[in-house]
Amino acid sequence: MGSADTLQAFRRDGRIVIVGASLAGLRAAEALREEGFTGSLTMIGDELGEPYDRPPLSKQVLTGWVPAGNTTLPRRRDIDAQWLLGVPADGLDLATNHVHLADGRDVPFDRVLISTGVRARPWFVEAEAALDGVFVVRTREHAESLQRAMAAGPSRVLIIGAGFTGSEIASICRERDIPVTVAELAPAPLVGALGAMIGGVAADMQRAHGVDLRCGVKVTKLEGDAQGHFRRAHFSDGTTIDADVAVVALGGIRNTEWLRGSGLAAGPWGIACDTGCRALDLNGLITDDIFVAGDVARCPNPIYEYRLISLEHWVNAVEQAKVAAHNMLSAQADRWPHLSIPTFWSIQFGVNIKSVGVPTFADEVVVTQGSVPDHRFVAAYGYQGRVTAAVSFNNAKWLDHYRQLIETAAPFPPPCPTPDEPADAKPVPVDFPSPKLLAQGATVVVTGHDPGERRVTAAWQHHQ
Amino acid sequence: MTTTHTPDTLHRILDHSSRADPYPLYAELRKTPVALQEDGSYVISTYRELTGILHDPHLSSDVRHLSRPMPAAEAHTTPSFINLDPPEHDRLRRLAMRHFGPPHTPGLVTGMEPDLTAVVNGLIDDFAGKERIDIVDDFAYPFPVTVICHLLGVPREDEPRFHVWVNAIVDSLDYNPKTDPKEKLDNGMQARNDLTQYLGGLLEQRHGRPGDDLLARMANDDGPEGRMTDDEIVSTANLLLIAGHETTVNLITNGMLTLLRHPQILQRLRDEPDLIVPLVEELLRYEPPVHIIPWRAAYSDISIADTVIPKGSQIMLMLASGSRDPARFHDPDRFNPDRQDNQHLGFGSGIHLCFGGPMARLETQTALTALVRRLERPTLVTDPPPYRPSPILRGPIHLHIKQS
Ligand SMILES: Cc1cc2nc3c(=O)[nH]c(=O)nc-3n(C[C@H](O)[C@H](O)[C@H](O)COP(=O)(O)OP(=O)(O)OC[C@H]3O[C@@H](n4cnc5c(N)ncnc54)[C@H](O)[C@@H]3O)c2cc1C
Repeated sequence: MGSADTLQAFRRDGRIVIVGASLAGLRAAEALREEGFTGSLTMIGDELGEPYDRPPLSKQVLTGWVPAGNTTLPRRRDIDAQWLLGVPADGLDLATNHVHLADGRDVPFDRVLISTGVRARPWFVEAEAALDGVFVVRTREHAESLQRAMAAGPSRVLIIGAGFTGSEIASICRERDIPVTVAELAPAPLVGALGAMIGGVAADMQRAHGVDLRCGVKVTKLEGDAQGHFRRAHFSDGTTIDADVAVVALGGIRNTEWLRGSGLAAGPWGIACDTGCRALDLNGLITDDIFVAGDVARCPNPIYEYRLISLEHWVNAVEQAKVAAHNMLSAQADRWPHLSIPTFWSIQFGVNIKSVGVPTFADEVVVTQGSVPDHRFVAAYGYQGRVTAAVSFNNAKWLDHYRQLIETAAPFPPPCPTPDEPADAKPVPVDFPSPKLLAQGATVVVTGHDPGERRVTAAWQHHQ
Repeated sequence: MTTTHTPDTLHRILDHSSRADPYPLYAELRKTPVALQEDGSYVISTYRELTGILHDPHLSSDVRHLSRPMPAAEAHTTPSFINLDPPEHDRLRRLAMRHFGPPHTPGLVTGMEPDLTAVVNGLIDDFAGKERIDIVDDFAYPFPVTVICHLLGVPREDEPRFHVWVNAIVDSLDYNPKTDPKEKLDNGMQARNDLTQYLGGLLEQRHGRPGDDLLARMANDDGPEGRMTDDEIVSTANLLLIAGHETTVNLITNGMLTLLRHPQILQRLRDEPDLIVPLVEELLRYEPPVHIIPWRAAYSDISIADTVIPKGSQIMLMLASGSRDPARFHDPDRFNPDRQDNQHLGFGSGIHLCFGGPMARLETQTALTALVRRLERPTLVTDPPPYRPSPILRGPIHLHIKQS
């Protein structure tokens, strides 16, 4: 039997198992059926219930506007799968191609997709984390209980960590008129993701909305009362605050422990894969039948010097799932690379924040459009003279343009004036490279429009 | 992708004899995605380049940034936000949106549904006993005009007056000094002044008298960004009245024409009323009411598809051509309401994305659903029907049908 016949047979009668039945898992399953896979499909998930959407959990659910139960992900089509829910996978055997479940069952597969995502990083002292009134937000149940605590009218909410989730929750506290303190080790909110300049804007926004923002401090201890209810927090600068709700928003831990011993390149940093979403083994060799998608994946990006990047972004999970599903069913020559420029959005303090690219891959930033004081602007990020990312505050409609600049390694700072340029934009050097020339430092550019035609070419080939 | 001269194709598109079916000419145009014209302007016709340029912050909607002055009537009045750039555009659009949509006025459009249905049914009731119906005069025109008048707070009885003005304004949009009589432009400018005066008069009565219509709301608003000036309110009202007139009429008429040309789909819509939602999306792709954005200005040098469009150039955007681009849409010349991923350019894209889009959708959905449900085996009297002059806002001037 030729390899084309083998592939045909697999598409018809093969067995695909998806571990992690959430956003990436569901979208991959839908794409598999869409592309004509008629074999058996098994969805393994440790959560009970249908796959649901997480972004509303720190937004509409906490305002009380959308009940946590109403966040079920819409189904694009029937996926005709066997669902094994409420039981975690706890092993992967690549010699015999089986997923091992915690309840002792073994599930055989021809190809497997791993999309086990991340879980919330808990408070580092277990006894303190267990206090009544201490929350994390990753699941529907988390959001539901936090929403209940907020509805009870707490005297003050303490949020530990001013990343996106922490800042969104702070915003909702203010919307609901609940006093809130935000503690952040960095000098400003969002600094880790967006850098100091935007961090400064985020800090202004929080303070303008009455958030008690404390930066450059660490929470050292959560103190409970005799009934085991959280009451007070201690800070590294010796101060304390009284509050009855604490939200631990310190990011996530990748769900890879279950792969220990599997021989995959999996660890606290995620599961390494190629741009085709095929997992790498410990040696860095590509496996043929093991695919990865979503928050748990760590994927090289040619635009960013082929560095392995993991992203906790909704759109990334959806797009990777599509590419992984396509590649699971395709011969080598028909496989797609996952080359999307990352995008992320957040809503806080009435401002829609959106980014394209990888803002941390940058050495400079400049406001290119709009007005920072009005919280309506676009800022472009540059690395060694080329555009690598952009962030907008209430100006998201422009980002497609910046995506193009990133894809084509356009020079940084973007040279041409636009109608809405801020007066306080950094002075621009006189000597621009022509807009048609690629900036120094770029090795590749992305070409193509649809997933099927998107390719990377070496920069020198592209514009000869 | 190089720049060449293809003046012939564009001129043939603008010629009235092509109005019934410009699509083969668009296909010709798309062979050169960015085409330099003899007069120094550029025509963009492919989907990728259109979406690219519509999101390009170096593209300006303000005539003052054209190096060659604009003869058309809009050069001479207080610009409405459609002809402005950020930050002014953003501010005015936001101030207008406060009264028209979410987050400040959620549910305004969906809340109109019962009224829309009542107007539509009233008009169809009047078809009774008529053997021949003009979908334009008897239905597709009076319906959106009634709606926009009600929404803005313009007396419906004044329609015969401003109808003339609106026609003259639309007529002057594609004014070409080389081929058109100067009268066409003068009429347009005069009509703009008349309409502005008229709306100014209505606005005056609203000051200090809060009410539900948009004029009253804009006149008495006390939002965080303050109030629009009277000039700004009048230019906004101007824009909404004209847009409310001329686009939905064509969308509904094009829709009915398309359904009559596709009887199986018409029958399907009778059987599955929910089909109307994707069907109207497909209509916006397949027979959109706005075919062309007649001009934009290059604020700086714009590079697109390896072409640099120099600062100050006039750029013409062939939206309807982009929505039929086979590089973006599979089998683009087929009307297929089941189409997936239908990101058409029917409402444009980017910051000027049609402000009235949600309302136009709902009006058209309501109108076509009712027509299909209530007309008895309708048939077209002439195909193709006669078309209005404008290549920009394209649609039949009459659409006669018979029912049995
Ligand atoms: C509160 C919150 C707000 C967010 N807001 C935004 C936003 O505004 N914008 C944005 O772009 N992104 C946002 N995100 C991120 C976005 O939700 C994630 O990128 C997305 O959920 C990733 O999907 P996934 O399927 O890869 O992983 P997950 O959604 O984490 O799903 C993984 C699933 O696998 C299950 N699982 C784990 N281990 C096992 C195992 N061993 N066996 C079986 N099942 C297992 C998990 O329980 C989970 O159900 C937000 C996330 C959160 C939590």
